Amino acid sequence: MAAIVEPTIFELSSPGRLGVTMPASDVPETVLPPNHLLRSDLPLPELAEVDVVRHYTRLSKFNYSVDDGFYPLGSCTMKYNPKINEDTCRLPGFLYTHPLQPIETVQGNLVLMYELQEWLKEISGFAGVTLQPAAGAHGEFTGVLMMAAYHKSRGDSKRTKMLIPDAAHGTNPASAGMLGMSVVTIPSDERGNVDLKALAAACDDTVVGMMVTNPNTLGMFDEHIEDVIKLVKDCGGLMYGDGANLNALLGIVRPGDLGFDVMHFNLHKTFSVPHGGGGPGSGPVGVSERLHDFLPSPLVGIVEEADDETAPLYGFVTPKQSIGRMKAFHGHFGGGLVRAYTYISMHGPDGLKDVSQYAVLNANYLQAKLRGTYTIPFDRICMHEFVAEGQFAGSDVRALDIAKRLMDYKFHPPTNYFPLIVHEALMIEPTETENKDTLDRFADALIKIAEEAKTNPELLHNAPHTTPFGRMDEVKAARELVLCCWLPENYESMK
Amino acid sequence: MNVPSNLKYTKSDEWFDPATGAMGITDFAQSQLSDIVFVELLVEEGEEVAVGRAIASVESVKASAEIYASAAGKVSAVNKGLSDKPETLNSDPFGEGWMIKVEGGATGDVMDAAAYEADCAGRAH
Repeated sequence: MAAIVEPTIFELSSPGRLGVTMPASDVPETVLPPNHLLRSDLPLPELAEVDVVRHYTRLSKFNYSVDDGFYPLGSCTMKYNPKINEDTCRLPGFLYTHPLQPIETVQGNLVLMYELQEWLKEISGFAGVTLQPAAGAHGEFTGVLMMAAYHKSRGDSKRTKMLIPDAAHGTNPASAGMLGMSVVTIPSDERGNVDLKALAAACDDTVVGMMVTNPNTLGMFDEHIEDVIKLVKDCGGLMYGDGANLNALLGIVRPGDLGFDVMHFNLHKTFSVPHGGGGPGSGPVGVSERLHDFLPSPLVGIVEEADDETAPLYGFVTPKQSIGRMKAFHGHFGGGLVRAYTYISMHGPDGLKDVSQYAVLNANYLQAKLRGTYTIPFDRICMHEFVAEGQFAGSDVRALDIAKRLMDYKFHPPTNYFPLIVHEALMIEPTETENKDTLDRFADALIKIAEEAKTNPELLHNAPHTTPFGRMDEVKAARELVLCCWLPENYESMK
Repeated sequence: MNVPSNLKYTKSDEWFDPATGAMGITDFAQSQLSDIVFVELLVEEGEEVAVGRAIASVESVKASAEIYASAAGKVSAVNKGLSDKPETLNSDPFGEGWMIKVEGGATGDVMDAAAYEADCAGRAH
């Protein structure tokens, strides 16, 4: 299929064409800010409203989203986002409030945040929750800051090492690194668990803690998680849980009960807040009793208890040794918190347990269907996702080719080349919201592609063939970065 | 796969040339990384490096990796042109793709070419 070319909005611009005409000013004129704050050379496109709408509508048709079809992007939990979330987050009481309003005028919002904190505590087994962090990695940074503050408060200044398994998300070492900690990589054993011998050798009194994703990015629940936690705690370290894979555990295992001290939630994965270009993330953090006092401020709390005549007054409270604010205002309220609150309340405790059980069942069903066609290097009962090798003996077909070919079958490709410990990784997470027919069609497509890899490898090397644009040159894009098409006229003076 | 017999190798896929003090990444490493799109050298001439010190950061379209010193010593030369031509690591990892040279050159735990080849064969499928 020939490429469908849509010009950029700048190319569609025509000088003097207008979308909006400004009314005459009805406020007094004033002196403009100094020159270096003003730019007259911004190349803003000039179009009528209808042209703008049509341009973006055409572009949106090139898109692929979870509303179009199956989206098995491993570790991202691209579950369907129920549309009732869109109704609740647009309720006028939520939509038309400002974070600086007096608390008496936003009690509904504060009750929602308070209850969400309580629900996340109940789901995870933690003693306290902050809703502030803007996304998962921000939650990690918040959590690691609290770990550092905890050690510092005890005068324990030797601790500089963060232990991180080789299967970890890249954000884990990045979060520890941003706080100046040194990262020690702990290998996985042949069953996809943390290698206990290597962990024991790394544990000493310089360990801040360990950041563990459980189930890990291989989709494996660590069979020795209690031993892992004990080893880290015995040397005085704290346990960080990366909640990216919480979708496997709802109503079944609580990280707080296992002994984790801190964990971030990805509301945009587990709790159906849109992501992947669909909206901002939201990364609340839960903590154990010993980290509770270090939580960011403010938390939502009851500032005046109820009596016989009046409801409690909700407001903001500051934990005793708080690490301070992590974000202006109170987190992604409408976009994240209201949707997650809606999702949790629509499911209830039993429904959330079903979510995880179906997520795990779907992943195991797919794994079983693909076993035999694709190599599954860590082949045991998986949790909500699993990792296959996208390569075949004697073939030059790679994971990237398989991923691109899947687009011709109208499926979003799985995550590829992650985790790094699997060659040519294809990381598949179906989520609980897919029915058996979809899983069967996806498995059939992957099995057919494996056959094509033998009979017609070129078909895969050049895929996709049916999308508006064909194979992109990823190497050229990375080597020849073009991030800016123009420089402002006063660029030199701005430096 | 190219594994020159005059070099020493680490388990993390770096090479060291005892004759010249040069070090870099192996042919196996570049083939695993695939197209390399970014290189940043993390040490400067005159610095002392210990075995295992991160000397470079490399990114490909698939992954990013830290490259560690395969031998200790004082850095006598840095291949400054490499960051402008990261693809050199794909085309000539043992030649033009050298990263730094050191004086001294006491190695840590290294293998000869035969042992390294066997090690790679065990990891590749």
